[in-house]
Amino acid sequence: MTDELPRTDTATNAAGGDPYPAAGQPLLRIEGVAKTFGTFRAVDGVSLDIKAGEFFALLGPSGCGKTTLLRMLAGFEAPDEGRILLGGKDIAQALPHERPINMMFQNYALFPHLSVRDNIAFGLKRAGMPRADIATRVAEMVALVKLEGLEKRKPDQLSGGQRQRVALARALARRPQLLLLDEPLAALDKKLRESTQGELMELQRRLGMTFIIVTHDQEEAMTMASRIGVMKAGKLAQVASPRELYEAPRSRWIAEFVGDINLFDGESKLRDGHRLVIGTRDAGALVVAEPREPLGAGKLAVAIRPEKVKLSRRGPVSEAGRETAINRLDGVIADICYLGGTTTFKVKLDSGGMVQASVVNSARIDVDAYSLNQHVVAWFTPDDCVVLLS
Amino acid sequence: MRKIPRLSRFNVASLALGLAFLYLPILILVIYSFNASRLVTVWGGWSLRWYQELFNDRAMIEAAWMSLRVAVSSATIATLLGTLAAVALSRGERFRGRTLFSGMLYAPLVMPEVITGLSLLLLFVALNAERGFWTVTIAHTTLTMCFVAVVVQSRLGSLDRSLEEAAMDLGCDPVRAFLSVTLPLIAPAIVAGWMLAFTLSLDDLVIASFTTGPGSATLPIRIYSEVRLGVKPEINAICTLVIAVIAVVIVIASLASKLSSSQGESAAPL
Repeated sequence: MTDELPRTDTATNAAGGDPYPAAGQPLLRIEGVAKTFGTFRAVDGVSLDIKAGEFFALLGPSGCGKTTLLRMLAGFEAPDEGRILLGGKDIAQALPHERPINMMFQNYALFPHLSVRDNIAFGLKRAGMPRADIATRVAEMVALVKLEGLEKRKPDQLSGGQRQRVALARALARRPQLLLLDEPLAALDKKLRESTQGELMELQRRLGMTFIIVTHDQEEAMTMASRIGVMKAGKLAQVASPRELYEAPRSRWIAEFVGDINLFDGESKLRDGHRLVIGTRDAGALVVAEPREPLGAGKLAVAIRPEKVKLSRRGPVSEAGRETAINRLDGVIADICYLGGTTTFKVKLDSGGMVQASVVNSARIDVDAYSLNQHVVAWFTPDDCVVLLS
Repeated sequence: MRKIPRLSRFNVASLALGLAFLYLPILILVIYSFNASRLVTVWGGWSLRWYQELFNDRAMIEAAWMSLRVAVSSATIATLLGTLAAVALSRGERFRGRTLFSGMLYAPLVMPEVITGLSLLLLFVALNAERGFWTVTIAHTTLTMCFVAVVVQSRLGSLDRSLEEAAMDLGCDPVRAFLSVTLPLIAPAIVAGWMLAFTLSLDDLVIASFTTGPGSATLPIRIYSEVRLGVKPEINAICTLVIAVIAVVIVIASLASKLSSSQGESAAPL
């Protein structure tokens, strides 16, 4: 797969210079950008650096400001405060057509009166590319998104997946320095979405382009992006790699937003070597690894992901105060949720709380499966716990 | 496959009665325009005599020519202004007095024609404007502009805004985006608006009779004044021709708006 596209092109961008900064170099810098609609502060002082060649995801619930931020990058909204630097040049107030940035719209926004070919060629014609070059580039793009044979169709004669490809080809045709994707896969069904995720990643790697995707689907963000920025109420709550986001969420809100999690509210903390002992209301004293950054004052919560909670009939032996100390919680199975690949058990603890455990169904026939109301021990190691300020 | 339910006798009868009520007078008029007899109410066999006489009636031909010129020019001006108004209302930033503007734009829709005509007459008299072709054209433009605006605005409203944004994203400034994406998509609505304005102007009697001057009667005015002296078979002939023109225009207008709505479906899958 070495059909890398030639990088000398006439449809270069308004900013001029080398359209492709080397991978890893900073490409986009967002500095204290804010946008207010009426009295609603949609984006509230966001600062972010994006490196060239990155696949960055903006993740957040609806109304968190992620789409507004994207629209400010595209130029459809002008920020009230802050700067947007692309290759060192402030483009915050530039109009959309003056930016070397293209966007793929959520509903694709294909021009219904134009054929697939003319849709893809639209931006190239505007850039004043010679006819012959346009034809070559369109053919290249059509091959890239595997739409051969459909060039003459109108958008309403295409399936949802094909439209998505046309939209992608149209946005890529101008070779933007930065491609923005607004919920690009939201309109596709699950199977198609999964295969398209793979294709998008493959494409991004092959073209060496910088992608910023907006999504509310955390699984999509985790699968595709190399870095994720989680937004909440107009602010960036955490910017991290998918693994870091999942395993070391910075706040209780992020821990609950990304994936499933068990949370135990606690207060007191006791130092014990490299371990902390935290007294929780629902699960008694829990031993956790000491966090890298010292915890501030305030209420705490111990967080543990369901797949890191193990179930057993008796539980392992644990000696308090030793390096091998583990957390044991006694309870009964209150709910079983079979999901195919995994089964989620809800365990009602003797202390009154609930803990979720996710177990991989590694065997087709499991004669020894847990049943409802069975007494079990839910246990997990201190290293798998995360302590959060709540 | 669902069978079309058979119509009961009552249905057939009421349908026939309704259609007869609407179209029998027109049908009679069309048939009598081919009457050979001089008397309007007596059938004297088929003939094209009155059409021939019509073409020799200079005053009637002039009135028809005047009406046609007024209809084409007022429809064209109204389409231009109405489209601009619709674009301003549905695409422009929320400007001050927007509600007032849209209210004022749509006022002629509900205003009795007599009042529109009278007020325009007073205006033209106050301005000391010579009444004739231009005053009628201006009056018809004010009457028909709101109809164009309604048709175009509804089309703009159903158009996905992100289409224009996509055009800007791909290198168009806002004006170019409008010309290369929005305009082709609302063109059928603009054509339909023009047709509507044209027919409205062609058959207006009230406003035209207020705003026209001596020697520049439009066709409806001419027909009306002739009929007052007694119906000549010639009138039947000219009316048949007007019906034919309007029928053609209405068919084109409805085809255009049908085309416009079928094209819009793919644009907005939301």
